[in-house]
Amino acid sequence: MAHELPYIAAIEEAIREEMERDESVLYFGQNIATHENDPFLKQFGSDRVRVTPISETAEIGLAVGTAIAGFRPVVELYMAEFMLVAMDQVVNEANRFHYMSKGQVTVPLVLKAGYGFTAGWAGQHTGTIYGMFMGVPGLKVCVPATAADAKGLMTTAIRDDNPVAYFHHYLLTLEHGDVPDGEYAVPFGEAAMLREGGDVTIVAIGWCVGQALAAADELAAQGVQAEVIDPRTLAPLDTGTILESVAKTGRLVVCDQSTRHGSAAAVVAAEVAAEGFGSLKAPVGLVTALDATVPYSQPMEEYLMPSEAKIVAAAQQVLGNAPVAA
Amino acid sequence: MADLDKERLTWMLTQMLRIREFEERVKRTFTEHEGVIRGHTHLADGAEASIVGALATLRPDDQLLTTYRCHGYPIALGTDPKAMMAEIYGRRDGLCGGYGGSMHLVDPGRGFLGTSGIVGQGIPHATGAAYAAQIRGNGQVVLSFFGDGASKQGAFHEALNIASLWKLPVVYVMENNNYNVVTRVEQEDANAAAGEPLAVKAKGYSMPGVTVDGGDPLAVYETVGAAVERARSGEGPTLVESLVYRLSAHGNIIAPPGVPLHYPEHEAITVFGNAEEYEAALRGDPVPRFRAKLVTDGTLTAEEADAIAEQARDEMQAAVEFGLASPFPAAEDAVKYVYA
Repeated sequence: MAHELPYIAAIEEAIREEMERDESVLYFGQNIATHENDPFLKQFGSDRVRVTPISETAEIGLAVGTAIAGFRPVVELYMAEFMLVAMDQVVNEANRFHYMSKGQVTVPLVLKAGYGFTAGWAGQHTGTIYGMFMGVPGLKVCVPATAADAKGLMTTAIRDDNPVAYFHHYLLTLEHGDVPDGEYAVPFGEAAMLREGGDVTIVAIGWCVGQALAAADELAAQGVQAEVIDPRTLAPLDTGTILESVAKTGRLVVCDQSTRHGSAAAVVAAEVAAEGFGSLKAPVGLVTALDATVPYSQPMEEYLMPSEAKIVAAAQQVLGNAPVAA
Repeated sequence: MADLDKERLTWMLTQMLRIREFEERVKRTFTEHEGVIRGHTHLADGAEASIVGALATLRPDDQLLTTYRCHGYPIALGTDPKAMMAEIYGRRDGLCGGYGGSMHLVDPGRGFLGTSGIVGQGIPHATGAAYAAQIRGNGQVVLSFFGDGASKQGAFHEALNIASLWKLPVVYVMENNNYNVVTRVEQEDANAAAGEPLAVKAKGYSMPGVTVDGGDPLAVYETVGAAVERARSGEGPTLVESLVYRLSAHGNIIAPPGVPLHYPEHEAITVFGNAEEYEAALRGDPVPRFRAKLVTDGTLTAEEADAIAEQARDEMQAAVEFGLASPFPAAEDAVKYVYA
């Protein structure tokens, strides 16, 4: 059975259910649980749910310490960029201790961070920065695109024994979707095959998944059958599913809201070039944000971003088709 | 020191001597077994009294996190020095199988939860472990060891603020050795430049701040012990500034492969030309100072003290031999333990 929930509520449902299931799960961060009627605070008490000062290094550092000492903290970071204030804790502390201790300690924690708020938030609150974290050994990265995956990936993130950077897209916050009832865990490293087709593979990440599905509808109307794949986690990355699809279609478009150099899209393209070159009938198409800081003004902001139209055009390009006149 | 009987005092001297002998052998390895130690190694000689005095206050279930200058703590906790030396030599039988090295010793079974090699960044980890202890509510206390340099990091200030706000059971032990690598404390610390102790930083976070002679293990025991009791009773954290003098340079020289590594002289001499400062520190060396105290006050005979020292020497020499004989890990194991 399933129930309909907004994406953001699906995330909260996973946190709540995991906190009910496992007393070692903690939830703390900025601007949560500041009043006694907060539902998490009421249900779980102030030992397990706490508001923190605006101190990202301490928030994430405390999470590392509580995790080493046996707890499973979820840190509410609001905006992904706030992690940059505490970059050492994310990419040079939390992820290293299991390895450096030869497995004697584990650091199970979740960094919950919103990203990609391209709704007039200008240069410093709109970044799509998950690509910076996907090559960090010891850290896992998830990028849910649907309400169901938002719940299922959060459940898995909390249960995982490693640090997990959980990126939720701000523009998806109120997108509704069917969410399975009760415990629901989506395994890491298993891409979702959202649409099957034999002409072109479209790998889309996070927010771009919706655009890719819309683009696939548009392409179908033109007689092109696109296969749409959502990796769901970037670390681990399910390259197997992508390579199998490319072996079938011979053509690949990768869609990612990140700026192109350093994007997850570039990594997917590199993996396919390295491992699936023989399957490719055309160069890989990349639909990413343009390499610029996100501007405030709406037309400029939209100009930089991936879109359904850009994905359709990229698919036509890799298929060698001339743009279709309206 | 009513609660420190002969056995306990002897334990303290023994641990101080064991740390000193271990560090002597690490240092000597650079010249006697060239190339065996790689990278950067930091020694605790000079801080033995501070380390042992602080750890003597703990219950077996208490915990600590430290910096990369981390050899002294596990020795006092009972970690096998053979495994420690093998780790520093990058060997398979090392405490962390060669994955960690000198800067990243860990022994969670004895409460030593880990280190950070990045200055100041372990302070929030210790604070988090104290939050965990507060939730468990069984009276555990966490010690957070760091240097004076770390108190210029945001991590220090952010963590102390939260610890005081939440009344976490943590004691911050700042080993102030007066130098951040080659920078003197008054060159980088506003309190030091104003002639104030660094412990005044505690005032900014509404917690007690005390300065203690880190060369006297009994003074450290008393000061840290009071802070530990305060933390255990739920009254919150304390900042203890323990004045120590490291008797070696910050670390071995930093050099590319092919250049034999060694320990240079202390920065007081090499950078500031102040041999007098260093010689005064040697005259106040906490290890012979504590030995002399125990012999003078009749706790130990000179023969007993000598026997302890000889045993420590033999033990640490055996650690060197064990480390040298231990094989290297299998190269392909480098991709294990990336994920739990």
